[in-house]
Amino acid sequence: MAKSSSSDAQALIRSLRSAYAATPTKLKIIDLYVVYAITTAVIQIVYMGIVGSFPFNSFLSGILSCVGTAVLAVCLRIQVNKENKEFKDLSPERAFADFVLCNLVLHLVIMNFLG
Amino acid sequence: MVPNHGSIGLRALICALLSICAAASIRPISDAHRSAALDLFVPSGGLFQSLEETYEALRTFQILGVGNFSDIGPATCPVIIDNLTSPASSPKDLFDAIRVNSILECQIGSQTFKDVAEKFQDLIKSTDKLMNFYYSILGLLHVKAQGVSVVLPDAEGVFYSIKALSQNDGRWQYDSNNAESSTCAAGIALEALAGVVSLADIELVQSKIGTIKHDIVKLFDSINSYDDGTLYFEEKHIDGSEYKGPLATTASVVRGASAFAAIVSEKLNIPGDKLVGIAKFLLSVGVPSSTKDLFNQIDSLSHIENNRISIPLILSLPSTVLSLTSKDQLEVEVTTVFGSAAPPLTVNLVRASSSDVKNNPILENQELQFDTEKNVHYLDILPLKIDIGKYTLEFEISLHDPENLNTYATGGHAHSLIFLTGLVKVDKSQIGIYDTDSESSASMLKLDFFKDDKISLVANHLQKLHLSFQLFTPLGNTIKPHQAFLKLRHESKVEHIFALESSSRQYKIILDFLALVEKFYYLSGRYDIELAVGDAAMENSFLHVLGYIDLDLPEPPERASRPPSLSVDPYARFGPKQEISHIFRAPETRPPKELSLAFLAFTLVPLGGFVIGLLTLGVNLKSFPSSSVHALFSLLFHAGIAAILLLYVLFWLKLDLFTTLKVLGLIGVFLIFVGHRTLSCLASTSAGKVKTN
Repeated sequence: MAKSSSSDAQALIRSLRSAYAATPTKLKIIDLYVVYAITTAVIQIVYMGIVGSFPFNSFLSGILSCVGTAVLAVCLRIQVNKENKEFKDLSPERAFADFVLCNLVLHLVIMNFLG
Repeated sequence: MVPNHGSIGLRALICALLSICAAASIRPISDAHRSAALDLFVPSGGLFQSLEETYEALRTFQILGVGNFSDIGPATCPVIIDNLTSPASSPKDLFDAIRVNSILECQIGSQTFKDVAEKFQDLIKSTDKLMNFYYSILGLLHVKAQGVSVVLPDAEGVFYSIKALSQNDGRWQYDSNNAESSTCAAGIALEALAGVVSLADIELVQSKIGTIKHDIVKLFDSINSYDDGTLYFEEKHIDGSEYKGPLATTASVVRGASAFAAIVSEKLNIPGDKLVGIAKFLLSVGVPSSTKDLFNQIDSLSHIENNRISIPLILSLPSTVLSLTSKDQLEVEVTTVFGSAAPPLTVNLVRASSSDVKNNPILENQELQFDTEKNVHYLDILPLKIDIGKYTLEFEISLHDPENLNTYATGGHAHSLIFLTGLVKVDKSQIGIYDTDSESSASMLKLDFFKDDKISLVANHLQKLHLSFQLFTPLGNTIKPHQAFLKLRHESKVEHIFALESSSRQYKIILDFLALVEKFYYLSGRYDIELAVGDAAMENSFLHVLGYIDLDLPEPPERASRPPSLSVDPYARFGPKQEISHIFRAPETRPPKELSLAFLAFTLVPLGGFVIGLLTLGVNLKSFPSSSVHALFSLLFHAGIAAILLLYVLFWLKLDLFTTLKVLGLIGVFLIFVGHRTLSCLASTSAGKVKTN
């Protein structure tokens, strides 16, 4: 039973990998960016766990910067993905411009809150 | 701390008390006023500060009969002539000059007087202000007194104009614009109206004069009174710029009323008692300390002394402290306000009552005898057997000749406060120590307060000290003095004061040392014993050191209160104070620097991972536009984003939000423009690619 489940898991992962390989490069870049942002957030949380949350506003702004930009990247990915029927009329350049604008506003707020 | 000078300290206290009482009683004008006049009105080089002050000084000197004018005349006359002849003089200057001249009588030509009279007459025709009327009318009166004939044009019109400013309550306005009525203005208006009547060459209608008399009566109805029966005038509306106190206001009304009373044929209907009350008020000021107050007091009193209504008689006591020991007699003087002799009269002491026991009069209806040599009415109080203390006396004056009642006013009953002092005898005084349980078998020592032998006692904390004595007045009654204190003073200057209790016959105190151990701060040793007994009516109040007592008290426990430290330098409070140590909130613990830097490095690791991942994915820059224009725009786009990020870093480091937003706005507009161009190029090329595909 365990063997079959582990082999099931392996089969699952293999199929996921092969399916993923088929995704266009642009989306892979975006996925990589999201992973980068989340990793940075995790490192900050580990740091806070070690030294305590003394300048709490700085901690929050750091975390929210990472999480916010990850969220915006996910939105960009949804809008740019050609298989997504809802955003057919939206050009990828327009989506990218929105992404840049939203990031700039987010980071203005973050910098203000950083203190 | 009661000084250790025997009875001197207490006597000083009694003298102070009695001098306060003496100041409250009224005395007629005396040499004290004359010397005050010479002290206050001091000319420098024959000249006073202003012509108004010159007039006040000269008039005061004239009434009191002091001062010589020989040095004032030569210095002031040129100033007067200058004022009278100068065309720029105000009406007030002319008025002051002319009335000083009426006292000094400088050599002035009649032409100058005629010119001045003309100026006054012009002013009367053209003005409607009360003060201008006053200056010109009284000025014309003074000019007329110099022998120059003056004519008051349209006397009835002037009378009406002044009367028009009067108000319903007897007060006057200063001019028709000023809505507030003033009592001072009433006095001034009455003087001016009296001047009009004397200057006018036709008889004014009697009904007009009657209305003015009615106004005067109404004015006197609004008089204020103090509790002791003195009456005064005061302004109801107080002008912020110039406040005239009750003395100045009363003086103004008295001048006006007496001036008017002098010109009417029949007497004004003012009760004599009111004049007595006003005279008492003016005298109760005492000796004033300012020139204006002294002038107002003396001038108005001289008007009262010489007025046609009734002359007040003042009852005063030359001394309000009578001593039984020196067999003083009660003496009363009745004089006019300036101390002149009164007509033959009798003074009757209606009632004398003790200030403590109000209802029972001690004496009733004693007639005082008259001593013609000393000009006083006296009463021998020794045979009347009055005890020492404070008494209120009520006197009544009855004139011998009933005709004098028309000329003089006695003012009802006069009240006075006197002190009767005498020697107090101390009897049956004894002091002793006894044990708590054996109160009856106490060995008491007899004390004599007025001998010099000191007693010495020894006691421990289980015993009690007993002191008792009796006090008798010269007539043999018991007395309860104002002060009866026992003081114990330790060698280290720590003092304790106890008040003696009085029972029906004697004063005594019992000090229970067991209860007082803590109060004495557990200090054993020698204590000096002092007894202080004093009263305002007691001539021999004393502060007596009885001797000393050696007290043996137990050791103080650990938490006993310490005696207060006595060497307090009164200037020590100005020295530096104790340093204040502030308590700040402990700062938060920060992590060590190396840890923080290590994690900074860690945070940059995912960035490296991102870049490596990009390379692994085979990211290329092929879609970068090749044509120069598009390339430029793309470069500018990236540069714009980099600039904004740099701006954010600067914002974090040192800029404030407003500057950042301003710059951000500028770069943002640029970025939007450039970005739009770049992305539309990209969109068109990718659309072209799709099309070709």
